[in-house]
Amino acid sequence: MNGKLVTGGLVVALLLALALTGPWVAPHDPNRQDLGQIRTPPVWAGGSPAYPLGTDSLGRDLLSRLLWGARVALVVAASSAALAALIGVPVALVAGYTRGHVDTILMRVVDVWMSIPAVLLAIALMAVLGLGLWKVVLAIVVVDWTRFARVIRGEALALREREFVEAARAVGLSPARVMVEELLPNLWPLVIVLTSLEMAVAVGVEALLSFVGLGVQASVPSWGAMIAEGRGYLMVGWWGMGLPMLALVAAVVGFNLLGEGLRERLDPRLPTAA
Amino acid sequence: MTEPILRVSDLTVRYGRRLATRQVGLELAAGEVLGLVGESGAGKSTVGRAVVRMLPECARVEAGAIRFRGRDLLAVSEAEMRRRRGADLALVPQDPLSALNPVFRLGVQATDALRIHRGLSRREGEREVARLLARMGIPDPIDILRRHPHELSGGMRQRVLLAMAFSCEPSLVVADEPTTALDVTTQAQILRILQGLQAERGVATLFVTHDLGVVAHLAHRVAVMYAGCLVEVAPTADLFRAPAHPYTEALLNASSGAPTPTSGAGGSPRGDDGPWSALTDAPCACPFRARCPRRLAACDEAMPLLREIAPARRVACHLHG
Repeated sequence: MNGKLVTGGLVVALLLALALTGPWVAPHDPNRQDLGQIRTPPVWAGGSPAYPLGTDSLGRDLLSRLLWGARVALVVAASSAALAALIGVPVALVAGYTRGHVDTILMRVVDVWMSIPAVLLAIALMAVLGLGLWKVVLAIVVVDWTRFARVIRGEALALREREFVEAARAVGLSPARVMVEELLPNLWPLVIVLTSLEMAVAVGVEALLSFVGLGVQASVPSWGAMIAEGRGYLMVGWWGMGLPMLALVAAVVGFNLLGEGLRERLDPRLPTAA
Repeated sequence: MTEPILRVSDLTVRYGRRLATRQVGLELAAGEVLGLVGESGAGKSTVGRAVVRMLPECARVEAGAIRFRGRDLLAVSEAEMRRRRGADLALVPQDPLSALNPVFRLGVQATDALRIHRGLSRREGEREVARLLARMGIPDPIDILRRHPHELSGGMRQRVLLAMAFSCEPSLVVADEPTTALDVTTQAQILRILQGLQAERGVATLFVTHDLGVVAHLAHRVAVMYAGCLVEVAPTADLFRAPAHPYTEALLNASSGAPTPTSGAGGSPRGDDGPWSALTDAPCACPFRARCPRRLAACDEAMPLLREIAPARRVACHLHG
């Protein structure tokens, strides 16, 4: 066990627990406006116990919005990372195992893809697609599947030269079965590590898109949108912007630590056998 | 000799610009063990790989045919080749650790061939492989199959690989230096097992090795390669009693520890005039001439052809011209 894995795991577990229980734990409807309680500070800064983390400029409960926002962040992160892996890993396997022209073409596509600035592409996509949670997921997948493709392909290239792949072929396994039955099981640790790191990126991108107003719909509480709203009132109430930022940073750091910790634990760069 | 089960003829393989084998011709009768010996880079593994059609990608087969049970393996489709590999044409790989997938239990991978070619379930396959392992004298084969490769010794892993290769009762096994990665005592045990399996099932075996001692015990006939060329083919006993080619003689002396006739004359085996130059040369001289203690004028002028000097004995040397 290492510190990164434990810390990252705890943060992510806490986040997951809050997101799962959010609807029951949240004291208020995240969209209910209490116009008599606009920008109430958190309870420790002289606010009211009815709104433990204070309210925003429309009198909505920050704690409830943060909890619902965690759901959005996690759903986007998990589904976009999983989908990106689902596209990137097969591409990488085919490219890395067959090599030759297929590899050249696929990897050239990946190179070109990666040369487009990720944020620019995501913003352009959202501008075309319009707002929505699943559209955010789609934009992140479109932008980020290449990370999986590139890294996994490198590892697949190395694995295909191992003798057990040759031995499998000598037994009569078809290329597809070699990829799925021999290469893929050896790539799982790497896929898991990449997925975790990708989730950190996805949380950030979702917040960014919502921050510029191209993320989820306004009715869905998102940390990015909360930061954007709070920004205008920073001088009169820091919590409107500060608390969602804190949540965002915790999530990004948590996923990164988890990914790094897993990488150290599973180290895909070391041979799996003793 | 009855109709051979495997006939390699005129096999010429090139790695890039370099020739790896030059017009190699071999025959294997059913149930026969042929030892293919030579030093590193002589092209012996290339021949073995060509038979299962698993040459590295940079290799190109320029000419030749590999007839296995009447079909030219170089001409059949990849799909047909897959049906044959592991079924009636098996490969025993060199390094028993790297030839096993580290993430799977042995029972999973050892039954691959049986599951693919025989349609057995994993459980049935494991029973079958366990029976083979038990016949090799392994006390608790089911337990072995439950383990991962890294939990077993090299010898044990090689036994499993042997059981794998023989599981579908192939008619030809290509063993590519199967004992090179093992220590000497284990080597002897593995060879005994291989010999037992081979004799019991009458499997033709192409045994690729650099170790003449191994060949002496196991092979019925020996083919010696040098610089991509076949230089001598002879029944094992004859070859050891009276080697006809100077290179064979040098090999025998080298493995028996006696001073070799080439050690003074040839210098470094990888020197400018070593075997490697012969691989790019046009075939206008004997590849062994630079290291040969009995070099003749003819050796510089023509490449000696393989010819029969006695029944079942062929040698490529001007001394026997």
